[in-house]
Amino acid sequence: MTNPEGMLTWKDLEIGSIVAEPGNASQYQTGDWRSERPIFDNSKCIKCGICYIFCPEGCIEQNAEGYFEANLFYCKGCGICARECWTRAITIVPEEE
Amino acid sequence: MATKMGIEVSVAIGEAVRLANADVIAAYPITPQTHIVEHLAELVANGELDAQYIPVESEHSAMSACLGASAVGARTFTATAGQGLELMHEVLYVASSMRLPVIMTVANRALSAPLSVWGDHSDVMAVRDVGWIQIFTENGQEVVDNVLCAFRIGEDRRVLLPVMIHLDGFHLSHVIEPILFPEQSEVDQFLPPNQYPLPLDPSKPVSMGDFGPPIIYFETKWAQEVNLEAAREVILQCWNEFGKTFQRYYSPVECYHSEDAKVLLLTMGSFSETAMTAIDKMRGDGRGVGLIRLRLWRPFPFGEIRQAVKNAEVLIVLDRALSFGGPGGPVCSEVKSALYGEDKKPRVIGFVGGLGGRDITPAGFEEIINRGIEISQKGSDQEFEIFGVRE
Amino acid sequence: MENYAVFVPRLVTKKENFAPGHRACIGCGEALAVRLACKALGQNVIIANATGCIEIISSQLPYTSWRVPWIHTLFENTAAVASGIESGLKIQMKKGRMAQQEIRIVAMAGDGATSDIGLQALSGAMERGHNFLYICFDNEAYMNTGVQRSSATPYGASTTTSPAGKVSIGQVTWKKNMPAIAAAHDIPYVATACPSYPFDLMAKVAKGAAAPGPAYIHILSPCPTGWRFATDLAIKIGRLAIETGIFPLYEVENGTYRLNLDLSKLRPVADYMKLQGRFRHLSEDIINEIQQRVDAEYTKLKERAS
Repeated sequence: MTNPEGMLTWKDLEIGSIVAEPGNASQYQTGDWRSERPIFDNSKCIKCGICYIFCPEGCIEQNAEGYFEANLFYCKGCGICARECWTRAITIVPEEE
Repeated sequence: MATKMGIEVSVAIGEAVRLANADVIAAYPITPQTHIVEHLAELVANGELDAQYIPVESEHSAMSACLGASAVGARTFTATAGQGLELMHEVLYVASSMRLPVIMTVANRALSAPLSVWGDHSDVMAVRDVGWIQIFTENGQEVVDNVLCAFRIGEDRRVLLPVMIHLDGFHLSHVIEPILFPEQSEVDQFLPPNQYPLPLDPSKPVSMGDFGPPIIYFETKWAQEVNLEAAREVILQCWNEFGKTFQRYYSPVECYHSEDAKVLLLTMGSFSETAMTAIDKMRGDGRGVGLIRLRLWRPFPFGEIRQAVKNAEVLIVLDRALSFGGPGGPVCSEVKSALYGEDKKPRVIGFVGGLGGRDITPAGFEEIINRGIEISQKGSDQEFEIFGVRE
Repeated sequence: MENYAVFVPRLVTKKENFAPGHRACIGCGEALAVRLACKALGQNVIIANATGCIEIISSQLPYTSWRVPWIHTLFENTAAVASGIESGLKIQMKKGRMAQQEIRIVAMAGDGATSDIGLQALSGAMERGHNFLYICFDNEAYMNTGVQRSSATPYGASTTTSPAGKVSIGQVTWKKNMPAIAAAHDIPYVATACPSYPFDLMAKVAKGAAAPGPAYIHILSPCPTGWRFATDLAIKIGRLAIETGIFPLYEVENGTYRLNLDLSKLRPVADYMKLQGRFRHLSEDIINEIQQRVDAEYTKLKERAS
């Protein structure tokens, strides 16, 4: 998508307003929504992956060492990961900004 | 060798769909369309048509299933009438705005209440604005020919729109007429396979049916309108091609002795054939009358209408539907709007008749023409004339 | 249910076919359920979606969260559209215009689109035996339009069209038993699931998609916005729904019932309800009434499954 929707003319639309670019909603920064964020304490992490499984956004990623981290571009700060973490390795803190 | 036979028009539609090698038929039975879907079921059951026949549980689901089938690239057909057309109303808009070619024959039927299974155009007029290509037919041959054309037009890459073929319920759907069927090889030549450009396909995922907030909805509607207008050209090309192949030519407005006539009658649907009989008789009596038969309903043939009536002084329009509390006859109101900007135009008199299967004989048409001429001279304090109601 | 002593994220595909960047509420249980279902479905799938929360949050023109083929048309016709897709693919493969391949057809719809306005289309599609999976994401009201009641709203819940008031306890009818209705159609596979039990949910979705004929899965989708609970509680509340017996996890395979989690002792329903604002107004009496009914229903289910 090269134009934000406010700039699209009727000619820019695909036939039947089909969207032919799969998953292009991933450009949208839902991370803007949050008022709290998760902090991951790797010293407590047992790499079970429960946070990854339970994230409604699907934005928790496993890094090369096997620890987990929320992608802050998408993270809405719901806190499910912190609540469900078995070892309480995740804490929710207010957004600084 | 093409085969000519006496056949019920509904059954002939089934044969046309068989010749077109439709893929999916999703239909719900409703009088007077039942013979169409029954014959199609028989063809599928006997292996004469290789198609998936979905006996859906309502017309709303019929059109919805057609959307799904068309979205994966299948050649899709359905048929309905009256209340059925109304039940699928919201789905009709979706078919056209999502650019999914679905071909549908509508056996035009009056709308409840009171319940009436008999023919008039009220069901059609309720779906004027849905964005489909709409073509009217007057006899069995026209229906068969236009069903074949409909597949070609609707599935054309430049069009990709659903098409309705209208035929009068009972008056046309249930009569036995002589129809010339083309050879399968001729149809295969005329009708290319359906190749929807962006079907639902796991190897190339697309999303269909996004919602449109105010910032973008308007653009989608204008794109839709531009596309429907552009379909005009493809329709004319198709009819031209059909004529060259099968020696039967169709045009948006068919003229019958109209070039020199000062008084013209305009009809749509099977009434046109009865009207022709009346015109013949009146011309035999030395009257300068002619007939305009409206074939292409959507996109509306503004240019052709203006051209057809340019030498007339009086244009009498017979509608087979009544727009309550409004202009009376919808076709008449559209014709008036087409002619409004012309410097030279005939006086347009609107009649509404034939509702709920009520017939009009050739003598009736003579009466209509005479009364129309009278009103054009003396005026009337009514918006439109009602014909054939017992008072 | 398998032994989940060791959770292995490795077993689950990393692909997110329901892409992040969707506009679901913070902490949405339904979005998680869809995400998990998509992991179980893989790439060879075509999804027909009803109007509702998931459709709206994932498909604002000109964007889409879907990385698999997806179609939305109207509210009440998902099962009919899925029927058309199934037939369209079948015939084109039969006629040799499309390579023989396994493409799973999945209908996704909310509780309103399933048990209310879409019931007819669903019943028709199940009766006709189309090979597709229908997933009902049940957040127990018309959530996207502002929390109006549906026939899936539980007894005593307050919604905007069944509000708790001076002369009303909220929803006055019991939740419509959609899995039973689906099972009554004699289809090969019916199941209930909840995102709080993610591996069970994914296994069931995979099973449903592979079933030869219509399959129906009813997924409880806790909704922080409509049920009125804190954004981090969706999983806990889903778990409590199962542990109290309010939403038992079971399967019906070719007519045979099987309880996936057979609880010898149910937690009191109050544990589940006191966490949700939509039940806040309920008196002891009503809660007892609910408790008795839940116990009775659970006993009936256990009998059917034995």
